[in-house]
Amino acid sequence: MSAWVLAPALLVVSCSFPDEKDDTDPIETGSIQLQFDNIVGDQDLQLDSAKYMNAVGEDFTVNKLNYYISNIKLVRMDGSVFTVPQDSSYFLIREANPESQKLTIRNVLTGDYTGIEFVVGVDSLRSVMEPSEPGRKGILDKDMGPTNEEAMYWDWNPGYIFLKLEGSSDSATTANGRYYYHIGGFGGRTERTLNNLKTIKLTFPGQKAIVTTSIVSKVLIQADIQKVFNGPAQLSIKQSSSLMFSDSSKYVADNYAGMFSVKEIKIN
Amino acid sequence: MRKATGILGFLAVLLALAVSCKKSGTDNPEPKPSDNTPTPLQWTKPSYFPDPVYDLSKNPLTVEGVELGKFLFYDGILSRTDNIGCGTCHQQQAAFTHHGHDLSHGVDDKIGTRNAPSVQNMAWNTSFFWDGGVHDMDMVPPVPIQNKVEMDERVSNVIEKLKKTPIAGAAKQVDYPKMFKAAFGSDSITADRMMQALSQFMMTMVSATSRYDYFVRGDASALTAQEKDGLTIFKQKCASCHAGELFTDQKFRNNGLMPNRINDQGRYAITLNADDRLKFKVPSLRNVGLSAPYMHDGRFTTLEQVLDHYANDKPGGKDSIYVSPTLDPLLNAAGQKRGISLTSAEKQSIIAFLKTLNDDDFIKDKRFSDPGVGTSF
Repeated sequence: MSAWVLAPALLVVSCSFPDEKDDTDPIETGSIQLQFDNIVGDQDLQLDSAKYMNAVGEDFTVNKLNYYISNIKLVRMDGSVFTVPQDSSYFLIREANPESQKLTIRNVLTGDYTGIEFVVGVDSLRSVMEPSEPGRKGILDKDMGPTNEEAMYWDWNPGYIFLKLEGSSDSATTANGRYYYHIGGFGGRTERTLNNLKTIKLTFPGQKAIVTTSIVSKVLIQADIQKVFNGPAQLSIKQSSSLMFSDSSKYVADNYAGMFSVKEIKIN
Repeated sequence: MRKATGILGFLAVLLALAVSCKKSGTDNPEPKPSDNTPTPLQWTKPSYFPDPVYDLSKNPLTVEGVELGKFLFYDGILSRTDNIGCGTCHQQQAAFTHHGHDLSHGVDDKIGTRNAPSVQNMAWNTSFFWDGGVHDMDMVPPVPIQNKVEMDERVSNVIEKLKKTPIAGAAKQVDYPKMFKAAFGSDSITADRMMQALSQFMMTMVSATSRYDYFVRGDASALTAQEKDGLTIFKQKCASCHAGELFTDQKFRNNGLMPNRINDQGRYAITLNADDRLKFKVPSLRNVGLSAPYMHDGRFTTLEQVLDHYANDKPGGKDSIYVSPTLDPLLNAAGQKRGISLTSAEKQSIIAFLKTLNDDDFIKDKRFSDPGVGTSF
């Protein structure tokens, strides 16, 4: 987790007045950690060096993998939901930046959680918010920081690139032998268009994530990049070496919507 | 005096609170009190123009803001190679288009896919670029800056470079921290401020002093008889799309051009709506006599060629109107030859009229000229 993300949680604390919390029925909060681990099949993803094979028999490497995780909700045993405050609920996972893969969510209501929901991408409300608004700063700042440095925003058709996967493949038809999947589309500003927002719902496998004022559970979420190619649709790099803002990008989004799973929960 | 101190003290406390409670990422610090407050600049529209689209209340013009915007517009520091500014492809003498270039020409001699549109009367644009992908002027500059074949730079890196000015040994010493302070009250250099300054400058780039404008304002002698004829024919045959005093209805239309080699689908790339295939934004015709070549890919070099296309009587007699499902109905009226029927004399009159939209004051106005930081090729 980066300082970009940490800041709001700290500020909430520093700005709250002790008196306000002095209630007869105090609300207790704690923290939970979400660790995103990108894998390929049963191997840990190695940028650049490792060569993988997709289901149609094409080799590929991964040079870049970034995706947004947002609108996180934690589901309790009884089915009720704790929604992470909006301003602390946007993250950009970057394979090249291990810190970006560790999300610490603070001010979580204490309790036993059995599942999680999140969106891959940036919802339409944030996407159409004025770029000068505070809600479009930090990790969502299109002109500064990781989002800008990683070019995760389409200026020419304003909107975030929800997931960016790039690498090389002998099957790529581009001049440089690289393939490019830049998947975005929040539904359109003035008229309905491509919507690749995906909500992911995962249950914790036979375990609970316990949140107390002192216990911090760590949820390990794996993302199997193999499934970007091999999901409901089997994608061929030869057929499409570049998938960006186009109707067929939805096959990539449908595929990656199924790449997440919860591996385990550790309690610290 | 006591009272003033009290108020100041109160303000200081408020400021301290505001700072400590600031939400994440609001990296726009409160403007610090400064003795050099920016000088407000009154923006007035020509009386016969519609109301501007740009919301000036969110970015009021100041003399210093416009000046900063002008430096940023021309400075190659906005590009990866430090030698391509906005003004490189938007040259004043060509009404802020790229003279002699059909397609945009960027870093390392890379060639884009579309013709550089004119930067003029931006205040009234409801959308920007040939496909109208951008809806807000403040979001225009990052498009060429971050395009790989135009300026190929990251905005975040431009900001870092601006912070490091003045650069020792540079031919023209520009002190951006000082200019940002003059424009915005503090020397904080942010992308929001950079875009606002560029918008301020572009807001001032109003072309409304052509001979046609003098005619509209009541000088009947500003146009010749042929030009007046041309205006009459223009209103009958061209103004349904090139409407109003801005000479565009700002819509997206398929004007029957044969798709080019890259099969540029225009507006469709933004909406993915099949009804938008091959549609491009209707451009303003102000300064059209200065902004050749024409069309989204610069395929026509003269106004004669443009009118030959619309009239569908290109030399050789081949149908020049490309028929596809989205072809504009105005060019495809039932029971007659496709296109707009124009006699040779009518074409000449229309062209004579179009040239009265050339605004010599606009292309010579020192307020819009390179302050000495620009490059061109």
